[in-house]
Amino acid sequence: MLRYIIKRVLEILPIIFVVSILSFLFIHFIPGDPARLVAGKDATLQDVQNVREELGLNDPIWKQYISYMGNLLQGNLGTSLKTGLPVSDMFSSRFMPSIYLTFFAMIWATIIGLLIGAISAVFKNKWPDYLGMVTAVSGISLPGFWLGLLLIQLFSVQLGMLPTGGSEGFKSYILPSLTLGAGIMSMIARFTRSSLLETLQTDYIRTGRAKGLKESVVIIQHALRNSLIPVVTIAGLQFGFLLGGSVVVETVFSFPGMGRLLIDSIAFRDYPVIQSALLLFAIEFIIVNLVVDILYSVLNPKIQIQS
Amino acid sequence: MNSVSIDKNEKTVSMQPKYSPVKEFWKNFRKQKVAFIASVFVLLLILVAILAPYIAPFDPYKPNYDALLEPPSKSHLAGTDEYGRDILSRLIMGTRISLSVSFASVFLGMILGTILGLMSGYFGGWLDRIIMRSSDVLFSFPDLLLAIAIVAILGPGLNNVIIAVTVFGIPSFARLVRGATLEAKENTYVEAAKSMGAPHRRIMYKHIFPETVSSLIIFVTMRIGTAILAASSLSFLGLGASPETPEWGVMLSTGRDYLGTASHVVIVPGIAIFLTVLAFNLIGDGLRDVLDPKTKND
Repeated sequence: MLRYIIKRVLEILPIIFVVSILSFLFIHFIPGDPARLVAGKDATLQDVQNVREELGLNDPIWKQYISYMGNLLQGNLGTSLKTGLPVSDMFSSRFMPSIYLTFFAMIWATIIGLLIGAISAVFKNKWPDYLGMVTAVSGISLPGFWLGLLLIQLFSVQLGMLPTGGSEGFKSYILPSLTLGAGIMSMIARFTRSSLLETLQTDYIRTGRAKGLKESVVIIQHALRNSLIPVVTIAGLQFGFLLGGSVVVETVFSFPGMGRLLIDSIAFRDYPVIQSALLLFAIEFIIVNLVVDILYSVLNPKIQIQS
Repeated sequence: MNSVSIDKNEKTVSMQPKYSPVKEFWKNFRKQKVAFIASVFVLLLILVAILAPYIAPFDPYKPNYDALLEPPSKSHLAGTDEYGRDILSRLIMGTRISLSVSFASVFLGMILGTILGLMSGYFGGWLDRIIMRSSDVLFSFPDLLLAIAIVAILGPGLNNVIIAVTVFGIPSFARLVRGATLEAKENTYVEAAKSMGAPHRRIMYKHIFPETVSSLIIFVTMRIGTAILAASSLSFLGLGASPETPEWGVMLSTGRDYLGTASHVVIVPGIAIFLTVLAFNLIGDGLRDVLDPKTKND
């Protein structure tokens, strides 16, 4: 087990390395002079010169990368062009709300998705199945920003039950996490259904039924448990979908998280913030995938042997 | 000479019904009622997209300050927006934009991803490692975020949206095709072709590529839905089409301020996106049931 974990960790290190290079090069990818971009539109020639000096843009590129990484590892992500604050300070207040948001979305989506998928499989080709699958296919086809706007219209404007956004404690998380989770819930439901249907055809389920186990025991204790393995993987892979979706959902609900910060910064061309936000999203995603892989191998020891 | 004699042979056998994969597919696909209806809907959409300028009842760009935010009526079937522009006409023009953006980006992504996936699976070794590690890197900017990053570099605009959605599709196509290639490579006829000295390119395109087609067809269909969602999300975020363009995501974004007073401005374009994406997903589901025996559930 430990060997497998170490192996997986070693495997992601080169990816993190390349991602950090890409993030470093971000400023250089943008057409135009990086120093001018960072100095801003109204900067004088002298300002641009100073920025060039400050960023070390006159140094050879590998030296620039080393000093970039050095700063990064010390938690120095640069200074925002818009607010003049250190980027790390801007992140610290927004990082956790985004994590909670994705977390809540994941939790409700997994529970409801599993439930719908299991019910659909058990009542295959009967009305609960049709209802469940219509819900699921609609869920993956709904544009998140539209669903968000409709929920705001219904629950905030007409019923006045929940805030339209902002940061009013737990209440502010309800509508955004509902919106964010809808797509994942649907994918988990579809996946649980097909996985469970496959499991229900195996020999040990037939044995279980033949020896007179109650149907509920067969399904919950034997079938569902084994169907969970692929579902975990799918749920983990979908985490990326959640991170991408959170950008849209946070914008719709004016939610004070990383996603909205990213979009606001793009509008303002606040490159230091964009650069670090993208890097943070990527590393977050890589780490989640690592955790999912390890979880998967705990659930299914065969994986370790194969690799 | 040879081909003539084969033709003759076929004629003599043709008394019995000939097996044709296309016919077989068509027969099975027509049984998928939902997917069939969805395909008819998509064909209609394509027709609307082609004929857009001719069938739009009003000029989708022309403001009419005497008819601001009017609810759906006889003259404006879907109502008017905050500039008094006819929403139905804008939807019709938007169909053209959404379909061309998504088709272009999915097909470009498919072509590039397929070539990379074929090479990766067929040659293996260091080439495989480089291509797959690069796709891992692209994958670590999850989903929409990769597209957002690309637009952040290139700047907003529909063309850059196409580039962004293309790039974010490439690694998925590459992985899919690589997997199918690895499987197809094991077939004896590939080995036979190799031992006869057929060039690599010929083996890849004549013998291996056809094996990947059915998974590609399913994936492309699903991917078009994703691309429409991604492109309209980018536009909604202000990273895509310019504010006056009749793009569905833009219409939703500019209309959101009027949600409380004139909700049709938001509801109508949302329904357009939803139904279009739904149709592509339903076709994808139907195709999967017909083409992929592994996932068949009934």
